[in-house]
Amino acid sequence: MSVMTLTPIEKKPLSFALPVIGAAGAFAGLFVGTSHGSGLMGIVVGAVALMALGFVALQVLGLSMEKPVRWGIIALFTIAGVLLAGVPGFVLGVLFGWFFAFFIYWIGEGRYRANLAPYLTGGQVLWHYSFRVLCGAIFVFLITPILVVMPLSFNAENFFTFTPEMLRFDPAGYSLKHYEDFFTSSGWQQALRNSLAIAPVATLLSVSFGTLAAIGLSSEHVPFRRAIMAILISPMIVPLIISAAGMYFFYSRIGLQGTYMGVVLAHAALGIPFVIITVTATLVGFDRSLTRAAANMGADPVTTFFRVQMPLILPGVISGGLFAFITSFDEVVVVLFVGSANQQTLPWRMFTGLREQISPTILAVATILVAISIVLLATLEMLRRRSERLRGMSPG
Amino acid sequence: MSDTSDTGPVLAADGTPLKRSLRRALRAQKMRALALIAPLLIFVLVAFIAPIADMLFRSVENQIVGNTLPMTVEELRDWDGEELPEETTFRALYFDLFLASEAKEHTKLGSRLNYEESGVSSLFRTTGRDVDDMGEVFQDALEEISPEFEEAQVWYDMMSGGEGADSNERLLSNQIGRLEQLESDIYSGDVGFVPGAAISDILPNTARAYSAFAAFVHFIDEDVVAEEDPWEAVYAALALDLEDPGTVTALATYDGPGADILRQAAAAELPPVDMQTAFIESNEDWSRVEYWEVIQTYSPPYTTGYFLNAVDMEKTTEGIALRDEDERIYGILFKRTMFMSMMITFSCIALGYPIAWILANLPARTANLLMILVLLPFWTSLLVRTSAWKVMLQQQGVINDVLVWLGLVADESRLVMINNQFGTIVAMTHILLPFMILPMYSVMQTIPPSYLRAAKSLGATPFTAFRRVYFPQSVPGIGAGSILVFILAIGYYITPEIVGGTTGTFISNRIAYHISTSLNWGLAAALGSILLAVVLILYWAYDKIVGIDNVKLGG
Amino acid sequence: MKLTKTLLATTALTVAAGASATAQEMADSMTLVSWGGAYQESQQKAYVEPYLANNPGVSATWDESSAEAVAKLRAMNEAGNVTWDLVDVVASDAMRLCDEGLAMELDHDEVLAAAPDGTDASDDFGDLIVSDCFVPQIVYSTTFGYRTDMVPEGTEPPSSICDVFDLETYPGKRSLQKRPIDNMEWALYCDGVAKDEIYDVLGTDEGVDRALAKLDTIKDQVVWWSAGAETPQLLADGEVFLGSTYNGRLFSAIAEQDQPIGMMWDMQSFDLDGWIVPAGLPEDRLARVMDFLKFATDTQRLADQAAYISYGPARESSAPLVGKHAELGIEMAPHMPTDPANATNVHIYDYEWWADNRDDLDAKFQAWLAQ
Repeated sequence: MSVMTLTPIEKKPLSFALPVIGAAGAFAGLFVGTSHGSGLMGIVVGAVALMALGFVALQVLGLSMEKPVRWGIIALFTIAGVLLAGVPGFVLGVLFGWFFAFFIYWIGEGRYRANLAPYLTGGQVLWHYSFRVLCGAIFVFLITPILVVMPLSFNAENFFTFTPEMLRFDPAGYSLKHYEDFFTSSGWQQALRNSLAIAPVATLLSVSFGTLAAIGLSSEHVPFRRAIMAILISPMIVPLIISAAGMYFFYSRIGLQGTYMGVVLAHAALGIPFVIITVTATLVGFDRSLTRAAANMGADPVTTFFRVQMPLILPGVISGGLFAFITSFDEVVVVLFVGSANQQTLPWRMFTGLREQISPTILAVATILVAISIVLLATLEMLRRRSERLRGMSPG
Repeated sequence: MSDTSDTGPVLAADGTPLKRSLRRALRAQKMRALALIAPLLIFVLVAFIAPIADMLFRSVENQIVGNTLPMTVEELRDWDGEELPEETTFRALYFDLFLASEAKEHTKLGSRLNYEESGVSSLFRTTGRDVDDMGEVFQDALEEISPEFEEAQVWYDMMSGGEGADSNERLLSNQIGRLEQLESDIYSGDVGFVPGAAISDILPNTARAYSAFAAFVHFIDEDVVAEEDPWEAVYAALALDLEDPGTVTALATYDGPGADILRQAAAAELPPVDMQTAFIESNEDWSRVEYWEVIQTYSPPYTTGYFLNAVDMEKTTEGIALRDEDERIYGILFKRTMFMSMMITFSCIALGYPIAWILANLPARTANLLMILVLLPFWTSLLVRTSAWKVMLQQQGVINDVLVWLGLVADESRLVMINNQFGTIVAMTHILLPFMILPMYSVMQTIPPSYLRAAKSLGATPFTAFRRVYFPQSVPGIGAGSILVFILAIGYYITPEIVGGTTGTFISNRIAYHISTSLNWGLAAALGSILLAVVLILYWAYDKIVGIDNVKLGG
Repeated sequence: MKLTKTLLATTALTVAAGASATAQEMADSMTLVSWGGAYQESQQKAYVEPYLANNPGVSATWDESSAEAVAKLRAMNEAGNVTWDLVDVVASDAMRLCDEGLAMELDHDEVLAAAPDGTDASDDFGDLIVSDCFVPQIVYSTTFGYRTDMVPEGTEPPSSICDVFDLETYPGKRSLQKRPIDNMEWALYCDGVAKDEIYDVLGTDEGVDRALAKLDTIKDQVVWWSAGAETPQLLADGEVFLGSTYNGRLFSAIAEQDQPIGMMWDMQSFDLDGWIVPAGLPEDRLARVMDFLKFATDTQRLADQAAYISYGPARESSAPLVGKHAELGIEMAPHMPTDPANATNVHIYDYEWWADNRDDLDAKFQAWLAQ
């Protein structure tokens, strides 16, 4: 039934709202039920309870009482959660209470149509929200492994296991000792220093050579353009294990194996495709008349490059540089082969740690690195917005 | 700048024909572009392409047999492979093996040939230890005849033919060349010894063995030749020379240094030179024709053996054949690598498409925030993400715990989701998903939403509009992402190693195994070359379909 | 003559301002290669720290590359640039390195310290010197640990290697090392082959099939590990009921981490771990590393190491000196694989046999795994 009104938000009839709310309650009840022995019982109790709540909230108390009713529902769920499953139940109770409190009004008051085109059919609305839920699930899939790692890094034991203490939220199950280990162990600190000595130099190499080459490649008159591009992108394409083995043999022959230079060169080679790709992408949107204008006004090519071209392609260069940096910073296969004791990087130590002595210190390092990643990503996002402003357009 | 001079003259401003002037400008532009590209191109060629080429070369290189056993290989060239080789072959092997064991190269050869036939490794190792004893028989006999044979100086004088004698430079440089091959090194400088021409004619084997000894002492041990006692092999060579009746007659008229003790030795009864018996006594496997066949088969400097092995085949006396069923593994692994990479690619498409769509259709600010969720795992250490999946998927892991807690799965029948293909596919889908989302996203951003609305207003159902209008336009994104994901998946090795168990491992795991554990670098290179060939074909297809410059990483 | 030498030495002493005359000929840094983890930690505490305390100005770097030692030494040798000074490897790798001329041959009596009672080093180490290049440090074993809380009710805890193959009495997953060595022998032993005939049987195609058939009976219950840290983690998670690993790892999980794990020593597979010196070191580095090696493998140092990890010292004279755990204060002797109570039935694997047959059996084993 499509309702053509100018104000699409309107109260839905109870004959629609209550069954929907009840179905949601049944779905949630199913899980509570199965964990307590009877799924069917859970469905029935869940559906009835939610329909009752919905009826009270929408019909008996009405919109004016929304705030206190919402708090009431949260409290109700929390208490039920604690009674059913203790501390974890408390957390889930709060979450579910909050959700259902929102959901009852969202359905009952028809708020779900607020941001949608008024001519959509009911099926389309349903599809719209199912699709959102699906996407949400995929985002959860993307992010959960990282979220799982974080609490484990506070594990009081030396294994990658959620201990019963941790699940009970017992403070004794948690500890900062793995962070302490990271900050006090000379091995980890040396690895951090090595990573920080290798990644920036490798990045600098790939960015400087890569940017120049990308500019060269963007000219329409380059002979063998595709072949050259293929060669330059190949480090990303060739399976890492093959690159690692090849570099290992070859660098051994020319005396670069086990040297700082060797690792830097190898990592620079691996980072180059990212720089080439991002910079050429930025150059696609680059207005060539700007350089011609600069030349017309008497700027020499170097000045033109630094004053006109560079500021505009800078976001591309930086994002390519960040990709190259992360490639080097997270790279383990090649450094394991090409490096030696003096070039042990963080990933190398993590790898030997996983192999020889499992310790959540690895997870502590990962958590710290995730925090750094967030900062880097935020920087990237800011730069992107700045670039949009500068170019006065959205990226193509 | 406008360049709309449609009725311009054919001459440029300076009077030269416009065509030539343009061509010159174009050439300058080309040169400038190439000059910008050159540093990086050279860098990539040296730091990346050369190593890859070097590695591919190892898959066919097989110089070790010819370099370690040059005389034996020569003798075996015309061997029919039916019966045990003749005594001359065993003698050649003796001298080859003696030098090789002095240089400690024989066990390398043993390990190399052991890849083809089990047991060769210990055959060379044990016999390498015995070659001294085999020659000692002759040393003892000769020293019995004349104690002067014990003197290093006597040997030196005898073999150099004394002061002012004609010398045989060629023999010496041959032996140095052999040593260079054996040690893969370059030697130059004066050995401090040159064999005499006359004595080399009379005692060819002895002169050769002593020259090899001299070169080794000088270059490897860095000692003075005249002060070192010769090897047992030199005594054996002398005994061999003295067996020839021609030598005895020639010695009768020889008057160089040591001529008298040589005549003495020629007159006396020496133990017979029977290397065949000596070798078989040392290790009876030398009487087995298969081992000799292996040496003969793998004697050329280049081999297809590694490649054959990489496709589960082997060289036999009847030609090339499939390996025994219980040794075929690479076919299975290549197929599995392909199949699983495809599964991973499909699941990435299935999960990536909705995400890319919603990112491309949400308001920019929300989309950019959600983009961080996509990029965050991308930038989290691969090792950590893989470990996280281990924690999640295992039987006592997070997912199973939650399912049991919810009562969906009984405690005794927890799901097996790790150490199998499922585990690898899930973990790798997660790891590679951003590589699918980013190219899809950049393609979908360019599709105007008005097309979809237009289709709908022309009466298409939402599904038809999507299928006929939106989807075709997003195909390049799917193509770009798929090939990227597939190529990356095919070469992964750490994730399958950690979560793959036995059924979820890839060919790359075997390559890594052969590089660091079994040390069969040739086979690793051959497997790598095949993998690389597959990837290059895909890469070429990718270039044809989407073009390499169209890869975008959300920049 | 003697006077000149003394004079020279004195001058050198003054010039070097405090550095001893010997230190001048020795490099002042070493790169030691080991396995990482608790084992490397025990070497650091028992050998390196006391040595550095005696030799101020010297530094030691660890490279955790023992797992790839043979491959890397080969590549270094090819390049002519050996960056390692002392490498910790298992005995079979030491033999391989020695054979290929990648490790230096040593005269054990000359370069190693004699026992306190004057016994020559070669007698003190005895049979454990399996190669001329190898200086043994520890005896370790690959053995089984099981979850004590997962033993089925009413059954005795597993006590025989064949319990690994007995899925009826002891259901649950097992973890085994992803290689044929040990597993094939255990399988044959439990298939009724006498201990001294195992290698004869394994040398035939039928024997290999028989071993694989025995392993087939538990194949779908096996988690295969390739890194030493995996089994303790799997046991701690309750992911497997029992699993093989190095005995020191199990000790650490039981004693240091308080995990509910029990040891099963039956048919434990003995192996050795020790040092090799890479061939072709420059003289100053060689002098330093020999000095360190002599110190690090003397009777007291080997006994000290046992205070940090439960591996048996390779010298006979060290055994009586093995004391208590450095932090936990428990007696270490009963946790050693060599303790008579633990070593009632042991498996000693044949290095020579495996050197020959490894490539072949490995291909078969991997093909079997992949199927």
